[in-house]
Amino acid sequence: MTEIDDGDVILELKDITKAYSGIVALKKANLKLRRGAVNVLVGENGAGKSTMMRIIAGVEQPTIGEIWMEGERIHLSSPADAVRHGIGIVFQELNLFGNMTVAENIFATREITRGVLGIDHKAQVEKANAFLDRLESGISAETLTEDLPIGQQQLVEIARAVSLNTRILIMDEPTSALSAAEVDVLFRVIAELKAQGVAIVYISHRLEELMRIGDYITVLKDGQITGHALVKDIDTRWIVRSMIGSDAKDFAKEVDHELGGEVIRLDNITLPRSQGGYAVDHVSLSVRKGEILGIYGLMGAGRSELFECIMGRHEHDTGKVFIDGQELLERDTTGRIERGIALIPEDRQREGLVQCLSIAENLSLASLGQFLRFGFHIITGKEKQAVADAIRSLSIKARNPDFEVTSMSGGNQQKVVIGKALMTGPKVLLMDEPSRGIDVGAKADVFRTMRRLASEGLAILFSTSDLEEVMALSDRIAVMSNGRLVMVIDRNQATEEAIVKASAEGHTTKRMHA
Amino acid sequence: MTTATQTAAGSANSGSLLLTLMKLRTFIALFAVIIFFSIFAPNFLSTANMILMSKHATQNAFLAIGMTFVIITGGIDLSVGSIVGLCGMIAGGLIIYGIDLPIGYTVYFNILEVAVIVAVVGVLIGAVNGLLITRLNVAPFIATLGTLYVARGAALLYSDGQTLPNLVGREDLGNQGFSYFGSGTIIGLPVSVWMLVIVALGAAYFARFVPLGRHIFAVGGNERAARMSGIRVSRVKMFVYMFSGFCAALVGLIVSSELMASHPATGTNLELNAIAAAVLGGTSMSGGRGTIGGTIVGAFVIGILSDGLVMMGVSSFWQMVIKGLVIIIAVVVDQAQRKMQARVTLMQMAKQG
Repeated sequence: MTEIDDGDVILELKDITKAYSGIVALKKANLKLRRGAVNVLVGENGAGKSTMMRIIAGVEQPTIGEIWMEGERIHLSSPADAVRHGIGIVFQELNLFGNMTVAENIFATREITRGVLGIDHKAQVEKANAFLDRLESGISAETLTEDLPIGQQQLVEIARAVSLNTRILIMDEPTSALSAAEVDVLFRVIAELKAQGVAIVYISHRLEELMRIGDYITVLKDGQITGHALVKDIDTRWIVRSMIGSDAKDFAKEVDHELGGEVIRLDNITLPRSQGGYAVDHVSLSVRKGEILGIYGLMGAGRSELFECIMGRHEHDTGKVFIDGQELLERDTTGRIERGIALIPEDRQREGLVQCLSIAENLSLASLGQFLRFGFHIITGKEKQAVADAIRSLSIKARNPDFEVTSMSGGNQQKVVIGKALMTGPKVLLMDEPSRGIDVGAKADVFRTMRRLASEGLAILFSTSDLEEVMALSDRIAVMSNGRLVMVIDRNQATEEAIVKASAEGHTTKRMHA
Repeated sequence: MTTATQTAAGSANSGSLLLTLMKLRTFIALFAVIIFFSIFAPNFLSTANMILMSKHATQNAFLAIGMTFVIITGGIDLSVGSIVGLCGMIAGGLIIYGIDLPIGYTVYFNILEVAVIVAVVGVLIGAVNGLLITRLNVAPFIATLGTLYVARGAALLYSDGQTLPNLVGREDLGNQGFSYFGSGTIIGLPVSVWMLVIVALGAAYFARFVPLGRHIFAVGGNERAARMSGIRVSRVKMFVYMFSGFCAALVGLIVSSELMASHPATGTNLELNAIAAAVLGGTSMSGGRGTIGGTIVGAFVIGILSDGLVMMGVSSFWQMVIKGLVIIIAVVVDQAQRKMQARVTLMQMAKQG
């Protein structure tokens, strides 16, 4: 770690140690935040980033260590304290009240009042609209928050933080739900805030983003600072090396195998949107045995909806699905799973895991039918064996399969969801954003697993909005945009430019048939 | 209670003594009330009293078993008390009046057939609850509140509010011996207690070793994930409400058999006792957690508590206050245990690295 010029420091953490009963989440960490700069913080899941941010936001107090702000030692004993010191935070999980309007959300806890007359809604809406316009969000402050798509809700959250007149603004993965255009707006806002002298703390897993926007970078690993540098002096390689200790950017594409015959064919899958138009617009494609088809698209391109149609989650979709040349007449998820389709949902917490069940119970949940005697009695020995096999073959780090599934890290939880799907013995695996919310090391692991499964004869369809991922992993690449399938191309003929161009095409041209 | 070992087995992993104690809190509460009353209530430990108390607790326990499954799916069944009343009336009516056929004959049933018909009625009312909740998307609280009123009203209409007395049956009709369910004994224990043992063991087995039982927990823990895993959520919900109706029907049968009379107001407020027993036994109102063993211990704690207080001569007003406090304390301890459990899990994670 080389010493670098630290510029105009506004907040300094000195030798912060934070211990929770038994674990030390931060070990003597030092952090300096500079005024008018984007201070980037990276690290794998569980490296201690969130703990550090929670300390700065006053949610947690350090066990040992000091916090200095502008040369004075301060104590942040509550979030309100932090707000008083001009510290604002945009959490990764949205903290909005869905049942209130955007304006009410922005001014929650500091409503503009007119004495006994109560809340001055008009003034709130006006002010809120000013903040929203600055973000070029196109959101009206009078909209009910739950009616907004996730990406726009994120913008509301950012508008709220900005409206607090913060001097230090912490953003925890603010772009994870934003489209490319929205990210551009956000970056413009960040640049503007920076010019006003605000110290920005930016946390993200997307390395190219960090390189684009960051000024200073700090890398955390296992609760310790392992790297600190000026962003202009380093490259993504340096980040990855500091994060996991080696160059692990490998998507494991070395396995090459023959593709088999067609396993799944989609014919004119269509899902109408309730507001008119189509969420999935006459999509037809087919995937062969052992093939990985990557579906690239931006948020709202219809990828998740397409997968849901294949799984029989919607009542109003039309079109046919064929497995091994036979049309599937089952309309519900249960029937589709029985016919050999399995889905890894995008939202692991809401659709993938049953949090109160153990790791083992989650793994076997979808395949209990295989362990029965007399058609109703679960043979626990057989179940345990199958669970142990799954844990071994996916190298899930589970010390005891009877622990609750929430006791694992994000990457391992994702593997449990994959394991659950695989235990149903599928022919086709649908993976919706399989790398969402897991760190670089776990990502590489998941990708290796995907290649291995494909080489064992599984047909895999996965969706992603990460260009690098789709280029590296797929045998063929399909691009969806605005519900349409706009392009299907072999990987070796695909270029990144062509894919990006295609992903915006659905909004302009007429659909094509693949 | 062999079924209750489930609760204890989970604690083997955690090192913390306090946590183990908290996990066993329902047992500790059970022993505490038994020890307390055996010191302060005269004749508490006599065999006759024990049998009497177990008979009382049995009624709550039946309802609480059905309620536990419903609550684990994240629902609630308020209609069980009314189902008890209606089923009791139907049992009485079948014995006294039989069923008038339109062709001028009246059919009478023997007591086993009566029991089966009553059970079927309970299951059907449960099915109505289930259909309202799964097909018509009515919130469980409202749907079962509705059936609570309808079933109670139907019970009152059945006899115009009158008690059906003297359910001895007639020798020429072959429907004598109805008292067996409520007053009969097998090897010294009441028949109703034996029925409870069978139903409880069956339910505990079901929760652990039958896929549908496992699905109940999954639906309550995360309904969307359960659906994505191919679980037919509607079917699971239908089952739990039908089973709850079945349990209530058994209680209706037992109560009217014990009294040899059917009163339409029987079972009023029993649903609240059942919910209390389930919660006392560690069932989480937000779904996903609960054990049959815990629920039965909870039902016995409540049963022994009220009987023991009566024996000590405590006024019924104070009894209500005490019962309420016990339930609140149970839930507070439950929350504390969750918190500690989470911390222990964190520690285990830390050791794991």
